Amino acid sequence: MIPEDINKGLAERTGVERPGVRLSVQPPPRSADRAEKVAAAQTSVVFDLDKLEVYYGAFRAVRNVSMQIFKNEITAFIGPSGCGKTTVLRSFNRMHDVTPGARVAGGLRYHTADLYAPHVSATEVRRRIGMVFQKPNPFPKSIYDNVAFGLRSKGIRGKSEIDSLVEKSLRGAALWDEVKDRLRASALGLSGGQQQRLCIARTIAVGPEVVLMDEPCSALDPVATAHIEELMRELKSKFTIVIVTHNMQQAARVSDRTAFFTTEVDAKFGLRTGTLVEYNATEKIFSNPSDERTEKYITGRFG
Amino acid sequence: MNEPEIDLRGASDYKDRAFAKMTAGAAGVVLLILGLIAMTITRRSLPVFHEMGLGFFTTKRWSPPDSLFGALPFVWGTVFTAAIALLIAVPISLGVALFMTQVAPPRLGKPLVYLIDLLAGVPSVVFGLWGVLVLSQHFDLGRSFLTAGIILAIMIIPIITSLSREVIDTTPPGDKEGALAMGTTRWEMITETVLPHSAGGLVGAVMLGLGRAMGETIAAALVIGSALGQMTVRPLAPGNSMPAVIANEWGEAQDLHKSALIALAVTLFAMTILVNLIATGIVQRSMKRGQGT
Amino acid sequence: MSAVGISAGATETAEIFVVPDLTAKRSWRSVKSAIMTSLMIASVIAVAVPLVAVIWAVFARGLQAVVHGFPAFFVDEIPVIARRPGPGMGPAIVGTLLATGAATLIAVPLGVAGAVYLHEYGVKNRFSRLVRFMANVMTGVPSIVMGLFIYVTWTLRFGYSAFGGALALACLMLPVVIGATEQMLKLVPNHLREASYAVGTSKSRTIMSVVLPAALPGIVSGSLLAVARAAGETAPLLFATGAATEYNLNPFVEANTALSLQIFGNATSSFVAAQDRAWGAALTLVLLTFLITLVARFVTARFARRR
Repeated sequence: MIPEDINKGLAERTGVERPGVRLSVQPPPRSADRAEKVAAAQTSVVFDLDKLEVYYGAFRAVRNVSMQIFKNEITAFIGPSGCGKTTVLRSFNRMHDVTPGARVAGGLRYHTADLYAPHVSATEVRRRIGMVFQKPNPFPKSIYDNVAFGLRSKGIRGKSEIDSLVEKSLRGAALWDEVKDRLRASALGLSGGQQQRLCIARTIAVGPEVVLMDEPCSALDPVATAHIEELMRELKSKFTIVIVTHNMQQAARVSDRTAFFTTEVDAKFGLRTGTLVEYNATEKIFSNPSDERTEKYITGRFG
Repeated sequence: MNEPEIDLRGASDYKDRAFAKMTAGAAGVVLLILGLIAMTITRRSLPVFHEMGLGFFTTKRWSPPDSLFGALPFVWGTVFTAAIALLIAVPISLGVALFMTQVAPPRLGKPLVYLIDLLAGVPSVVFGLWGVLVLSQHFDLGRSFLTAGIILAIMIIPIITSLSREVIDTTPPGDKEGALAMGTTRWEMITETVLPHSAGGLVGAVMLGLGRAMGETIAAALVIGSALGQMTVRPLAPGNSMPAVIANEWGEAQDLHKSALIALAVTLFAMTILVNLIATGIVQRSMKRGQGT
Repeated sequence: MSAVGISAGATETAEIFVVPDLTAKRSWRSVKSAIMTSLMIASVIAVAVPLVAVIWAVFARGLQAVVHGFPAFFVDEIPVIARRPGPGMGPAIVGTLLATGAATLIAVPLGVAGAVYLHEYGVKNRFSRLVRFMANVMTGVPSIVMGLFIYVTWTLRFGYSAFGGALALACLMLPVVIGATEQMLKLVPNHLREASYAVGTSKSRTIMSVVLPAALPGIVSGSLLAVARAAGETAPLLFATGAATEYNLNPFVEANTALSLQIFGNATSSFVAAQDRAWGAALTLVLLTFLITLVARFVTARFARRR
């Protein structure tokens, strides 16, 4: 049976009273079907992963991830701890460059560009693909300077230009009204939820196409979480969002598509490696998953 | 697919690479300086080795007018004063460190740390001044190995104390409480748990103090007495040490004499580096072991 | 001594119990422990006594020399004839400030940049490990060896000057600044760096605009402590700076002097007048070092609070 709360989430989103209750394991959709769907969505592909792998040193943490992320959608990565969802997310904006010993193999294209081609500048990548982290991490600077930081890194100098972009971003993060009178105050004085919205403002200020979110609400209380989720729905029209979450209900509430990851024992190393199990429209994943492991996870039998 | 070509090249990469190279260069300056030091002073010391060969280290007489340079008395002097300094400083430092970690009430902790830091902050030349004009005169010690040893002791106490404190603090509280729970007195607890655990690190701390005592020039130069050719064990005798003789004779030295003094510096350099290396190794190993418990 | 008691309210069977005796035993073991504790206290006193004695002597005798016709002591030139009583130490103060200031300007940027490389770029590679090891070795180099090194490489070619002294002092300060800075950089949490990278900031700008500002208070106070030590050094200056008696405001040309040098030179003088000046210089030097250390502590206390 689908857990009741997920059902409620699905109901909220789709407006259907009791969305699918059939839970028998079904055969995977025929490849022709899938290809058609993919072909139809071709022009709005933002990321195209082809057998992506991520190594930490000699250890293969993630293997064989093939999927596509689509424009102006919210895609959720769910799965038990250690399944590689954050690892895959961080490969989207070249954050593994910062981790010594980390290596990305396989294909990862952002539109037509190979993200890991030798001439690619990670800084340029991150201007287009932003990231919000699990624990809010504002700089120990003023609220204004936090948002303006990315702008100045981009080379924007004029005060009035920065002023208006700061306001625009803070409005976009639903934070403007709360901080407009104290822009010069230290960002560290804000509450957790406000800090996270500040981090979102900071991210969207540089005008990226994609906003990656790594468990953005796990350090926040339910009220703040609700604010962020609502913000995500607003931001969807302008940005493409990929969110990692360990909270299935959240995935059901906000995302259009969901990808379920899990760990399996890697024959080559004898250790557990993360891999993609199933990736489809959120309603399908939660009401009628094709894979037994997905079903087990969402009904709470493991993880 | 008619998507526009996305350009992911960036200009900041050049800046990054230049920045990285610049900082690497700055780090390399350390190697440059040390290398230069080793090279230049070794080269300048060669003349005296030409003249005296390895006899430089074994000859007892030091007589510049006769072009006779024997380093032995000064090596001895350095070792002797350092030994006296350690004899005085180690028990005191250990006592203070134990007091600060095991006995003192928490409120006393910070003022004691300030006290130690204050002691460490007084320039060595001021200690030397005090030694020469106060200590040696008022206590009738004159300028001797002993006076130098006392001054050196005062100067190395801060470093031995702080390092010992750090090592002692790694003793697991569980061990200490266990001992006390069995009815030991405080001193017994210290000898049963704290000292065995910290032994290695304390040895290392003492050796670092030794290194400092050997290299300390100015205070020693002022109070040691600058006697020549004396290799005695009488602490009250005026004596000499490597750094002291270099500092005191440099002003009037001519070529070969200068080379001999530089050779002394090389010897001192080698000895202090050796002691410091051994000491750092011991301290690091004992800290690692302490944290692994 | 224990007491035997019989429980009140005795029933058929009277219970006899022994009251535990918890008074302290006067055994050899506890006496020994008490003796050892007093020895520890004695060692603390043994540390305090010479410190107080030295500070007392410096202040008592130094004030005499300084207060006499204040502010002449700080302003007048050094009497060339040592026997002559009276001030001053002006040139020595200037010399100390010049040499120490120049040394700071050289050692701090170099040291901070080097530490940045060690922590932000090559954390574990062989070059970094070598540099760290050698920096450690460098802290153990006797200051007299540093002085001789500068003598043969600089003074022989360019003569005595405050700048030569500054070079020697900078060599002494460099490993300390590197060590303190690397410590501070380690304390900057990684999530700040990630936040900066994530908005499209280059590594160099991240270091300059996020990491270094966050580590700055610690770097400043660590460097100030190195400066205080350098101000008191004598041996390196002996071989590099000379013994001038007049003011020399040019650090690059011609011999200069310093407070530490003057103390050293006058300490062994047989003239009381010179000795008095030495005490005055010692007071000045101690006050200067003390002031710098105070500023360092103030910086740590004031800015570390922001965590």
